[in-house]
Amino acid sequence: MKYVSVIMISSGFFLFLAATIGFLRLPDFYTRMHATGKGDTLGLLLIIMGLFFYELSINWTWSGVITGLKLIAMALFWFLASPTATHTLLRAAFETGIRPWSKDKEFLIDKTQGESNDIGR
Amino acid sequence: MVKDPDDIIVRTVARFMIPIIQLFSLYVYVHGHISPGGGFQGGCILAASFILISLAFNIGEAKKILSGRKNLLFIGLGVFIYAFTGLVPLFVQGNFLDYQHLSQFLPLDPVMARYYGVALVELGVQITVMAVMISLFQDLVTAGRHESILKDRENGIDR
Repeated sequence: MKYVSVIMISSGFFLFLAATIGFLRLPDFYTRMHATGKGDTLGLLLIIMGLFFYELSINWTWSGVITGLKLIAMALFWFLASPTATHTLLRAAFETGIRPWSKDKEFLIDKTQGESNDIGR
Repeated sequence: MVKDPDDIIVRTVARFMIPIIQLFSLYVYVHGHISPGGGFQGGCILAASFILISLAFNIGEAKKILSGRKNLLFIGLGVFIYAFTGLVPLFVQGNFLDYQHLSQFLPLDPVMARYYGVALVELGVQITVMAVMISLFQDLVTAGRHESILKDRENGIDR
């Protein structure tokens, strides 16, 4: 069980690293939120599940199981909260009228000036 | 200005999360004796659940649950619980907040009286912190004009 937890925590760290690199290197708000939203959610989930298995492997008693259940509850809560927060941020950005990044220069020129608040509807 | 967010995802998740947040705040309050946590932290988490209601639904919905007058009452109630618990030992030759003298009024030995006295004081702290945080949020987010904004919405003026 210890090896399972080591593998899960390592892959969680790898996802965090990927999310951080994506946050620093990607061109605009939407792609950055894409990297951090996905990477952070699954990364933290993997780390918490790895800690759950580690706790069970070193402390196979009633108190250890209780601690593990608390960790599971934390993971479930995070799994609901983080994607919702990302969704809300992205929706707010889209309704404010931030244009997505594109290689096509024509796309960057705001043709719908004055009604840019209505793109999200 | 104050716009109604119309988002079914946020509303559904908030409806699921708000009871869990409130339960967790009580956990933090009760566990404050033996672990990090206590009245202030529990009150902040409890206030966060109410702030989530006003963010996911709207501020009128949150004020239906806890109106401004009730909020003011809670601020006073928390301070009253704190001060009352602190002042009672003064009448039996104790110091302020000297909980072990509560054992003369309650069927408890001094050690348990001290334990429950701390719990009572923390309850007062939690109620006051919750109410103050909610009122701070409502004043900040509407620039102190939430009463007039709610009145306008009742009369059909959208702001």
